[in-house]
Amino acid sequence: MDWVQVVIQGALLGGLYALFAGGLSLAFGIMRMVNLAHGDFIVLSAYIGLVIVQGTGMHPLAAIPFVVAIMAAAGYLLQRGLLNRVLGDDIMPPLLVTFGFSVIVQNLLLEIFSADTRGLQTGRLLTASLSVGAGLSIGWLPLITFAASVAVIAALQLLLARTSLGLAFRATSDDRTTARLMGIDTRHIYALAMAIAMGIVAIAGILFAVRTTFDPAGGPARLIFAFEAVIIGGMGSLWGTLAGGIILGVTQAIGFAIAPGIGLLFGHLAFLLVLFARPQGLLPRTRMEG
Amino acid sequence: MSLLAVRGLEAFYGDFQALFGIELDLDAGETVAVIGANGAGKSTFLRAVTGLLPARRESILFDGGPIGGIQAHEILAMGIAMVPEGRKLFPSLSVEENLRIGAYRRRPGPWTLDRVWSLFPRLAERRRQPGTSLSGGEQQMAAIGRALMSNPRLLLCDEISLGLAPVVVRDLYRALPGIVAEGTSLLVIEQDIGQALKIADRVYCFQEGRVTLSGDPTTLTRERIAAAYFGA
Repeated sequence: MDWVQVVIQGALLGGLYALFAGGLSLAFGIMRMVNLAHGDFIVLSAYIGLVIVQGTGMHPLAAIPFVVAIMAAAGYLLQRGLLNRVLGDDIMPPLLVTFGFSVIVQNLLLEIFSADTRGLQTGRLLTASLSVGAGLSIGWLPLITFAASVAVIAALQLLLARTSLGLAFRATSDDRTTARLMGIDTRHIYALAMAIAMGIVAIAGILFAVRTTFDPAGGPARLIFAFEAVIIGGMGSLWGTLAGGIILGVTQAIGFAIAPGIGLLFGHLAFLLVLFARPQGLLPRTRMEG
Repeated sequence: MSLLAVRGLEAFYGDFQALFGIELDLDAGETVAVIGANGAGKSTFLRAVTGLLPARRESILFDGGPIGGIQAHEILAMGIAMVPEGRKLFPSLSVEENLRIGAYRRRPGPWTLDRVWSLFPRLAERRRQPGTSLSGGEQQMAAIGRALMSNPRLLLCDEISLGLAPVVVRDLYRALPGIVAEGTSLLVIEQDIGQALKIADRVYCFQEGRVTLSGDPTTLTRERIAAAYFGA
């Protein structure tokens, strides 16, 4: 067994987990809100991609911008119309509302698409790989996924550090009342944060759907992976989330290589180990910094 | 005409009434001080004027227009900025970023980063540091600079002397006339009345949510102020 190959595969899979976690991390960092429907929105994005691909015949990866636009708009409206009303000092109301959304999305998908597993076909890209010498080869699809993950996190970091909108995100995250006194419409800022989070969810959903098959019940497992990546990396730290995703991906890959049945268990054990030894995560940051 | 005219302002925290029919006027170019003991309703008054607390629309007039109960971010855009009690700098922003967030609504006017650096040179030296790494006095300068960056027509200062050494307070108050000279009117709220009375054209004393005294500070006797302040 070639362990170098296993670690590389796992690290690239970690890129997908970081994408799963990116939106969750952003929403938590700016709004202190945990979205329990996050995984179901990833699966929903996959189905929206499926509808677009079946309707137009376009390549699944080419459908990403359209799914991003749809999910971002839905995220803005969801935050502005509903979630902003339940956000407050009490963390329970948004948890309950998003839990309700999780149930609704799963059952709507079940009603519309049935429980059959679906997939997005990428043709030759699915099996194409890049040979990097020494007997190692890297699949193009995992490589594209990993590159997308790094690009998304770098773009978010730039947005937070360099733009006026990023300043407003960080100020609102620090102190919502004082941010309002600066002329910042914090309800709009929250809705924009959710729009960006859902745009990342859309990218994650399509890249997930081209990698493996999906069905309406797959959301909660995606949410668990996202949670684990965020907590391993440290709450609210974007690069930490990427590191968390990679650690999760690598430990799962090592587990799968030892015995196919224990791959996911290995990932969960790595998560518990970090939670036990370093509960604040690897790169903890209680606030969004640039 | 008054720049700020408050007419029968009432404010509530739930069922608890904190302000009972406040009447107050501030003309353009004026400096007004609101004094009163802890719990007199001074900060509640500022929360209502800045839109953080609901108020009847007609009970607060700014430049002749009713603004009571308008959202806080819209009030700032109209030209009322606040230096909040306790400075409230954003901890994850540097000193310069704290100032830049003050200019978020891009109101035109004389105040720019360079003007704030020249008003408070000590801030310029620390522009890259986190806002919260500054001393108390420097944090207060940054909070004043941040409010000025919105080029306000009216600047509200909530207890800027709180917790600061007298020499630091004197320096801060020395900067205020320069701000008024640039065309910004000033409303300062203080428990420590010494500095406030020196710079104010007019003073209002609050007690238990009501105005108990108002007038020109040079004509008011210490006894009358003490009676209005503490109740007698």
